Amino acid sequence: MARSTPEIPNASMADIAFLLLTFFLVTTTMPNNRGLSIALPPPPEATPPEDIKIQERNMFKIQINSSDALLIEGEPREDISTLKDEIKAFVLNNGRDPASSDNPEKAIVSFKTDRGTSHRRFIELLDIIQGAYYDIYAEQAGVTNEKFREAASDLSVPENKAIYEKGRAGIPLNISIADPTKVGN
Amino acid sequence: MGKFKKKTNAKQDIPTSSMPDVVFMLLFFFMVTTELRETSIEVKQQIPKATQLRKLMRKGLVANLYIGEPVKSQQFGKEPKIQADDVFIDTKDIVRWVNEQKAKLDEVERDQLTVALKVDRDAKRGLISDVETELRKANARKLLYTTLEDKEDSEN
Repeated sequence: MARSTPEIPNASMADIAFLLLTFFLVTTTMPNNRGLSIALPPPPEATPPEDIKIQERNMFKIQINSSDALLIEGEPREDISTLKDEIKAFVLNNGRDPASSDNPEKAIVSFKTDRGTSHRRFIELLDIIQGAYYDIYAEQAGVTNEKFREAASDLSVPENKAIYEKGRAGIPLNISIADPTKVGN
Repeated sequence: MGKFKKKTNAKQDIPTSSMPDVVFMLLFFFMVTTELRETSIEVKQQIPKATQLRKLMRKGLVANLYIGEPVKSQQFGKEPKIQADDVFIDTKDIVRWVNEQKAKLDEVERDQLTVALKVDRDAKRGLISDVETELRKANARKLLYTTLEDKEDSEN
C-alpha cells in the first residue's frame, strides 16, 4: 500500500503574505521623534521680575513681525544665508570687537516674534540659531555637528556625555525666546 | 534580410519560488517597525523642515500635542486648535493634561517628561506661545518642536 505523504498546499502562501503586507503598509506610521529641542524657562510666577541690566553689546537681537519680515540687530533683512556665521562670530567674539559680545557666557541671542508670526518662519530662524551653537560646540569637542547632536540626544552613554560636556564647556546655550508682541492674530 | 536570429533559447521566466520569502521579509520589517496609530489626528499636520534635529531616545517619556487648523473646518472652524490624545483641548486644560501624562510615569521620571509639539507650519506663534506659558506653569519644561529633516543643507 502506497503511503500518501500529507502536504499543505503552499501555492497561496505568497498571496496571504501579500495581504498581510498590504495591511501593515497601510496602517503603519513611522514614529517621528526628531525635532528642535528647547528648554522652557521656569514658571512665570516663580521668578519675580528682576531688572537685569544686559549690555547692548552682549545681545544679538532677532525680531520677526506678523508678516514674517525680519529685523536683525535693528536692521531689516531679507537674506539670511550669512546669519549663522554672524551668530557664531558674535558668540565667540570674546571682547575683540567692542560692538560685539564680551564673552560666550554673557552673549545672549534674543529671539522675539509676534503673535502673528508663522510657525514655519519661527522654526527656520530657530534652526539657524541652534545650528550656530551646535557648530561651536562640535568644534570645541572636536567632532562633527551631526555627531555632537547625536551625542547630546543620548547622554546615558559615558562617551556621549564626555563629548557633550567638552563641547558645552564655558559656552551656555543662551537663546532667549521672548513672549511675542501682539500686533498680528 | 532575415539575418536576425534568436540568440538564445534560455527560459525567460522569473523564478517565483522565493517570492514568499521576499514578501515575508518585507512583512516582518513592517511588523517590527510599525506603530499602530492610537489616535487619529484631526488637525492639519504639515510639519516644517529643519536641519539641526535632535532625537528623543525614550519614547515612553514623550507626550504629543498636535496643533493646527482642524481638518473638518466646516465643523470646527478655521482657527488652529490643540489636540491632545483624541480630543481638542483649550489652553487652560493643558496643566491638567500634563499632570495626567506625568501620572502615567514612574515617580522618579516625572520631571523628565518631554512634550513634543507637532505644529502645522501655518499655525501662528500666538497660540504656540500660550501653550508654552501653560507648560511652564505645569512645570513640563522640556520641549521639542517636531520637524522633518531638511536634507539639502544638512552638511553645514
